[in-house]
Amino acid sequence: MFVAWREIRFARGRFVLIASVVALITILVGFLTGLTAGLAGQNVSAVLGLGADRIVFSAPAHGEKDPSFGDSSITAAEADAWTDAAGVTNAAPLGISQTRLSAGEKRAPAALFGIDPSAAGSHFLPAGTPMPRPGTVVLGEGTAQTLGVHVGDTVSAFGEDLRVSTLIPDTWYAHSSVAWVTLPNWQSIMSTGGQPAWASVLAVSLDASAQPDSIDSATHTVSRAPIPALLSIESFRSEIGSLLLIVAMLFGISALVIGAFFTVWTIQRGPDIAVLKALGARTGRLVRDTLGQALVVLVAGVGVGMLVTVGLGSLAGGAVPFVLSPLTIGLPALGLILLGLIGGAFALRPVLRSDPLAALGAAR
Amino acid sequence: MIELRNVTLTFPDGDHRVTAVDHASLSVPPGTITAVTGASGSGKSSLLAVASALITPDSGEVRVAGVDLVGLSRAEATAVRREHIGIVFQQANLLPALSALDQLAVMNELDGHSRAARAATRERARDLLARVGLAGHEDKRPHQLSGGQRQRVNIARALMNEPGVLIVDEPTSALDHARGMEIITLILELTRDRGTSTLLVTHDHSHLDRMDQVLVMSDGVLTTLDPAAATAA
Repeated sequence: MFVAWREIRFARGRFVLIASVVALITILVGFLTGLTAGLAGQNVSAVLGLGADRIVFSAPAHGEKDPSFGDSSITAAEADAWTDAAGVTNAAPLGISQTRLSAGEKRAPAALFGIDPSAAGSHFLPAGTPMPRPGTVVLGEGTAQTLGVHVGDTVSAFGEDLRVSTLIPDTWYAHSSVAWVTLPNWQSIMSTGGQPAWASVLAVSLDASAQPDSIDSATHTVSRAPIPALLSIESFRSEIGSLLLIVAMLFGISALVIGAFFTVWTIQRGPDIAVLKALGARTGRLVRDTLGQALVVLVAGVGVGMLVTVGLGSLAGGAVPFVLSPLTIGLPALGLILLGLIGGAFALRPVLRSDPLAALGAAR
Repeated sequence: MIELRNVTLTFPDGDHRVTAVDHASLSVPPGTITAVTGASGSGKSSLLAVASALITPDSGEVRVAGVDLVGLSRAEATAVRREHIGIVFQQANLLPALSALDQLAVMNELDGHSRAARAATRERARDLLARVGLAGHEDKRPHQLSGGQRQRVNIARALMNEPGVLIVDEPTSALDHARGMEIITLILELTRDRGTSTLLVTHDHSHLDRMDQVLVMSDGVLTTLDPAAATAA
């Protein structure tokens, strides 16, 4: 790095420029990753919070390949079949629908989760969420604030009144805060709303002996592990694909920009490299210098970009769904450095091919 | 010591090969300077490339500082250049990002790790710069130095690793006569002081009478000239 550091100092304008580009890309990637994680959380946190081993859907409609939370409708017979199946330790029906809660003149969208009030159902209530009693609703704090209600107040869903029994931190399903009611209350509300159903899905726990695919076949249902099941939330499926594609493209752009910069830079340094080789420099040392320069620029650019992302992300976190965590900041940063180094490695070709003979008689 | 015996070097040129060095032999003892002169394209630079382990001849023997260069791998030839050969380029070929002091200090870093303590290296570089008349110019970059000063840095750099052999390629070609005389005088002094075997290529006949041996190259063939007669020519 003897020459590399001195070149960085000598051509600091050029290196600051490329580090700034890296920083900007890092900010873009950081924001998009944080936003992706935030949006994902607003789509799926309630489903993941169930802690189920499998989510069981009714068979997709004819012509549909994948199950969907919105279309799934589980019957009592299917629930019983799963409950009785070998290896199933818990199976609880869950009603899920998106509705609008009202309190006086105020309205708020909510995901209404109807939970089986039996012991099987309480197994799947997220930690900190109490089992709702008949005629009551366990409400997210955000929804309560929007509706201006407190514990003991009454909210209405499809004209059916529910007393607010507890306020809990918001959990999310398809961008709506979840409101918990008993399954019978949920069934009643759905009937009132003109969409009668017994339950939407089953949450099940399995032991090691369970063979969910066989149970699916026997019961004509489709079960999914929790993570794949998230793709059955329509809003999540449509958002996550686009966002991850943009993030992937930014990673690719980053590698290309770094690669292009260092290729041009290394070609410009061609005569210097020939001189160093003629003087006896090992090629490995020159390679280390070149990659070292790339690493310095990447670490500086990514570091600045991360700081800006953390700073602005902290400010934006209240206004938009944005998640700041080692996963959303650290992982993209590492990815950018790695891909940047791969891009920088393309610049090694002139270093490897430079002929020291060119230094003899070369006019510079 | 530089010893070439019956060295032949050819290059491909379309369907046939051009002979750049034709059965050349020479010997440069330590502490002496041998000049090679000749017209452009006569093969002088090819001869220098062979003697500086930059190219392997088709045939013949090449021994530099006791090392047989024929048959060396690229990495081995690089190590020989690093440890035994100092090259003074025609143009100074200084690295634009480095100060005069760093142009010399970089010679300690060529194999990827410092072979000597950095403080000692810088002290030695400072001494060498002073020896070539550049005390006080250590922190200047190439664009802040005159042509003659750049050539002095070029010479000092070649001596940094205490080579037994000095290869000098037309060191005065970009300098006026007075600066050229100073540079030749410096190379002569350093050759005597340090006991290097110095092989110098030059077009400038005005310095030849100061050489220990003068060779003329013509179409790849080397012939010996009397130094005094060479200057007159």
